[in-house]
Amino acid sequence: MTAAGTVRLGAGAGFAGDRIDPATDLARRGELDYLVFECLGERTVAAGQARRLADPATGYDPLLAARMRAVLGHTAARGTRIVTNSGAANPSAAADVVARVAAELDLAGLRIAAVTGDDVLAAVRAADPTVWETGLPLSAHAEQLVSANAYLGADAVVPALQQDADVVVTGRLADPSLFLAPLVHEFGWSWEAAELLGAGTAVGHLLECAGQLTGGYFADPVTKPVPDLAWLGFPYAEVSADGSAVLGKLSGTGGTLHTRTCAEQLLYEVGDPGAYVTPDVVADFGAVRFTQLGTDRVGVQGASGATRPAELKVTLGFRGGWLGEGQISYAGPRALARAQLAADVVRTRLRDLHGVPEDAVLVELIGAGAAFRGLAGPGDPVEVRLRVAARVSDRELAAVVGWEVETLYTNGPAGGGGARRSETEVLAIRSCSLPRSAVHPEVHLQEVAR
Amino acid sequence: MSWTVDDLADVRAGDKGDTLILAVLPRDAAAAALLERELTAARVAAHFAPLVQGEVGRVVQPHLPGLVFTLPGVLGGGVTGSPVLDGHGKALSYHLLTLEL
Repeated sequence: MTAAGTVRLGAGAGFAGDRIDPATDLARRGELDYLVFECLGERTVAAGQARRLADPATGYDPLLAARMRAVLGHTAARGTRIVTNSGAANPSAAADVVARVAAELDLAGLRIAAVTGDDVLAAVRAADPTVWETGLPLSAHAEQLVSANAYLGADAVVPALQQDADVVVTGRLADPSLFLAPLVHEFGWSWEAAELLGAGTAVGHLLECAGQLTGGYFADPVTKPVPDLAWLGFPYAEVSADGSAVLGKLSGTGGTLHTRTCAEQLLYEVGDPGAYVTPDVVADFGAVRFTQLGTDRVGVQGASGATRPAELKVTLGFRGGWLGEGQISYAGPRALARAQLAADVVRTRLRDLHGVPEDAVLVELIGAGAAFRGLAGPGDPVEVRLRVAARVSDRELAAVVGWEVETLYTNGPAGGGGARRSETEVLAIRSCSLPRSAVHPEVHLQEVAR
Repeated sequence: MSWTVDDLADVRAGDKGDTLILAVLPRDAAAAALLERELTAARVAAHFAPLVQGEVGRVVQPHLPGLVFTLPGVLGGGVTGSPVLDGHGKALSYHLLTLEL
C-alpha cells in the first residue's frame, strides 16, 4: 500500500494475445503495487487443455515467458507483485516457467505461487450437472469432453498473497477477481462486505480489458478520434479503502482516458448492469458515476453489490470437429457476380464430390456485407473476398474445403487471387454450475534458489 | 429531421455465449432522452431480424447515461461454435448505428 493509503493496480494485458510493451512501460514507471495480466478467454482454457493433452508440459499462455522476461526485472526491483491467469490449463507448469525466467534474470528469492483447483473435470463427471445451453445432463452429450474449469474467485488468490508470493499464477479465475484479490488482501475487506466487493469488482471490470479503457476499442477516426493509437497506454487504478478509485494512464503514452471511455467499458459485456455475477459478489453498477479529475484521470465511485452466488460457473470444452476454411478475392467489374459463381462451384463440389453436408457449409462475401449477415445489401463493391467455411468431423475433410477454394485459381471463374486456406480444431464451449463444496483451490509456492 | 443512432450515440459490442450485448452510449442529454424514448427493444429487434432468436432485452442506465440491449441467438453458436468470421459480433455491432429513428 502507498503512503496515501491507496493501492495501485495496473492492467498488463486484456487478452491472451495482447501487446507486451505497454505492460513493460507500466512495470518500469507505473509505481504499481500490483500488475495484473488477464490472459484467459472462455475458449483459451479449453484450447490450453487440448494442447496439454498432446504435451503434458504445456497448456499455459504461450506468451507467458515473453511477458515475464519483459516485466520481472522492473517489478522485482520495485516490489510490484504480479497476478495473472496465464496458467490457463496448467498453472503449475506456468509457475515453473515464471521461476525459470526469474532464475535467468538472477531474481533469487522471488516467490511464485500456482493456484490450482479450477480443473473440475472429475467433479463434473461425478456430479453430472445440467448443461445450460442444452438443458440436458452432461452425460447425455455425445461429443468428447476435454475440459471443465470452474471460475475461481478472489478468495483463491488471497492465501497466495498472504504467503508473500511475488507472482501468482492461476488458471480459470474470473477476470475482475484478479484485481479484487489484491484489494481484499491489502485493505482486509471482509468476504461479507458485499458493497466493497462490488466496488472492487467494478474497478477490476474496468481494468480487465486493458487498452479498451484507455481509448483502444473506443477509437473511431470520425466520431471518436483518439491520439497516438499506435502507442496506446494501458490503464492503472489508485484504489482507496472505501472502494472508490482514480483511473489513470502514464504520461507520454497514446490513447485517452475520460468519462466516455470509462462508460463504454463499464457496460462492456454486461447484460444486466444491476447484477454482474462473479464468484465473489453480485455486483451492481447501476449507480456508478465517473468524474473527470484532470487529463487522463477519472474518478469512479458508486458501485455496490449483493451476496455472492451459491454455486460456481463452470466452462466445459468439448471436441467439436474441425473447421476447414478457404478464401479468395475478386475485384473490379462483376466482382460480386464472380464471387457468387465461385461460391456456387465450391458448394456443389463439396456436396457432390466430397460428401460435405450442405448445412455444414457457410459462405461469406467479405466486402459485400458479410459482417451484417444479410441485414444490409451488398451494394456494388470494388472487391469481394469469398470465404467458404465448413465444420466437419475430421481434419482430412476440413482440408478439402480450402483446397476446393484454391482450385478456383485455374478452374474459374476469372480473376480469383490471393487464395488462403486453413484447418482448425473446434472446441465447443458450454457451461454448467457446481456447488462450491465440489471445488478445492490450492496454493503451491516455490522460491527461486539463492 | 430524421436521425440515425450514429448521429446520437456510440455502440460497444460484447458477447456472452450466443447473445450479442450492445451498449449504446448517447453523446449528450438530449440524445439520451431521444434514445430512451425511441430506441425500444422492439425497434432493435426489428432492425436485427431475422437474426435474433428470442426476446431482445433493454436496460436503461440513466446515470451514465447508457442503454444495454441483449440480442439472443445472433452469434450463431457463440464465438467458439460458429464458423462465422466475426463470431464476437464486433463488426456486426455497427449495424445498430444505421438504425433510423
